[in-house]
Amino acid sequence: MYRGWRRRWLGLLYLSPALLFVLAFTVLPLAQMGWMSLHNWSLITPPTWVGLDNYTRALHDHQFWVSFGFTLKYTLIITPILIVGGYLLALLTSGNSPLRRVTRTVLFTPVVIGLGVSSLLWYWLFSTDFGLINALLQDTGVISEPVVWLGVDADRSTYAIIVSVVWKVIGFGMVLFIGAIQAIPTEVTEASVVDGAGFWQRVGRIILPLTLRTVLLVTLLSVVGSLLAFDQFYIMTAGQPQNQTSTSVFFVYLNSFPYLKLGYGAALSMVLALTILAFTVVQLLLTRRSHG
Amino acid sequence: MSQVTRVAGKAAPGLDRTVEPAGRTRRRGYLIGAVCVVLCTVMLLPLIASLLASVKPTAEAAATPPTYLPDAVSLDSYQRLWNYQQGLPTYLFNSFGTALLTIAFTLLLTVPAAYALARFPVPAKELVFVVLLLALIVPYQALLTPMFLTFAKVGLTNSLTGLAIVHTAIQLPFSVYVLRNSFAAVPRELEEAAIVDGANSYQTLRKVFLPGAFPAVVTVALFAFIMSWNEFLGALVMMSNGSKFTLPLVLAAARTETSLGGTDWGMLQAGITISIVPCVAVYLLLQRYYVSGLMSGAVK
Repeated sequence: MYRGWRRRWLGLLYLSPALLFVLAFTVLPLAQMGWMSLHNWSLITPPTWVGLDNYTRALHDHQFWVSFGFTLKYTLIITPILIVGGYLLALLTSGNSPLRRVTRTVLFTPVVIGLGVSSLLWYWLFSTDFGLINALLQDTGVISEPVVWLGVDADRSTYAIIVSVVWKVIGFGMVLFIGAIQAIPTEVTEASVVDGAGFWQRVGRIILPLTLRTVLLVTLLSVVGSLLAFDQFYIMTAGQPQNQTSTSVFFVYLNSFPYLKLGYGAALSMVLALTILAFTVVQLLLTRRSHG
Repeated sequence: MSQVTRVAGKAAPGLDRTVEPAGRTRRRGYLIGAVCVVLCTVMLLPLIASLLASVKPTAEAAATPPTYLPDAVSLDSYQRLWNYQQGLPTYLFNSFGTALLTIAFTLLLTVPAAYALARFPVPAKELVFVVLLLALIVPYQALLTPMFLTFAKVGLTNSLTGLAIVHTAIQLPFSVYVLRNSFAAVPRELEEAAIVDGANSYQTLRKVFLPGAFPAVVTVALFAFIMSWNEFLGALVMMSNGSKFTLPLVLAAARTETSLGGTDWGMLQAGITISIVPCVAVYLLLQRYYVSGLMSGAVK
């Protein structure tokens, strides 16, 4: 009995630094965010209570909806590309021949590069006069005049950014899919080979159903990641033209920091956090159901 | 963790096996090989192009239209980067400093916590675990506004320690999760043997659990390094003083600041190359740990 109590206290002792850290740097900011969102808050003047004004203001803020809609659109375009593309790459490279292993490593390499740095790299590649993409398209006769990819036409900017982000993150889903595919018991696939099932039949009837949980998981990670997109837009378009490519996080950033409307920024952060939470919960429910 | 060993070694189940005629199978093999080569080329081209652009002489790096291959090799761009504003050493120091502090904070906080969660009869353990994983569902992007306010009051903005705290908060849930699972997998007999030998709980942690879960500790340190080295938004918010910029910040600033007089593309490529090298190097060296971390961290 004495030992049991002692171990409880010891356990709490070992846990306390991490718990205190999470309380100080996650729970407290969360509460603070709620509190700040009910105030008119800047660094210069003392905060004043405004109730839910910041939230109603957001609902009537045209840019709030532009940013939200744009982020949603970006997420809806990029997620299927990442999931279907990543899955096809996983099917292609899940075998263990040396060439496939090398391909896997190469496809995954951009994942460990920073999104900020990769965005700078693609900012250069897509540059109108100095970029290799225009040079290549002109030299192969696809275009006759240099194309202005970034910052002038919202759609063209978005597609260019999607290309860069797909390059950067497609290997992430691929690796998780490979893990799931390789975890399928050998007997299952062998039985289907004996039954004479072709490759795509095996994919549709066996491999895909058995890896569905991972597909849903990667979809969740990809949706949440895309809803929180910032670096690539900050660097490649800075939200231009006319803030049409300013994402939700970008909008929070603009209000909180350059403009120092911290109360409004906190309210926007709250809406953002709740949106993410809603997506997470829906997706987790779906995952659970599909798992039986 | 079991999938991981398969990634490294065992053949994929039956994906290559078919009952088709040998000729078709071989043709398909060539096709797959060709697709793999094309994919590798496409993925590597941007990196190679950036590397090549970074060693172009100054005039060539700013040429329109750009050249595909450098006419001559020169380290001018690296030299300009070395002397850019506060100088490259300052930015490298800031980036490495923040990353090392993040690794230290993360390990110091999560190793004991994971040990307690794996092996101690802590009251309300499930609740504690959920609190520790809270940051998984609360995006840190949303927490930066209040954190900035607090940090500004206590002097943690424009501080490597402050930024490392933000990065630790981001990395903590993943680390606790991975370490707890690894500690839980350490055989009870080893722990009991150590206790019989008179080891106290701290000695057991050091002599049994840390060696036993060494790969997980490497994984946690590796992820903390890569995340901190690359992280952008937190650094952008917390660092306003140019002398405290991390590498990604100074490069992003260099892109906008010089854009009036024309971006220094050569220098930008030199900076990109230098930012990429440490991440790719540690990833290639510790690939096994990275992939296993990805699997055990993501498959909840």
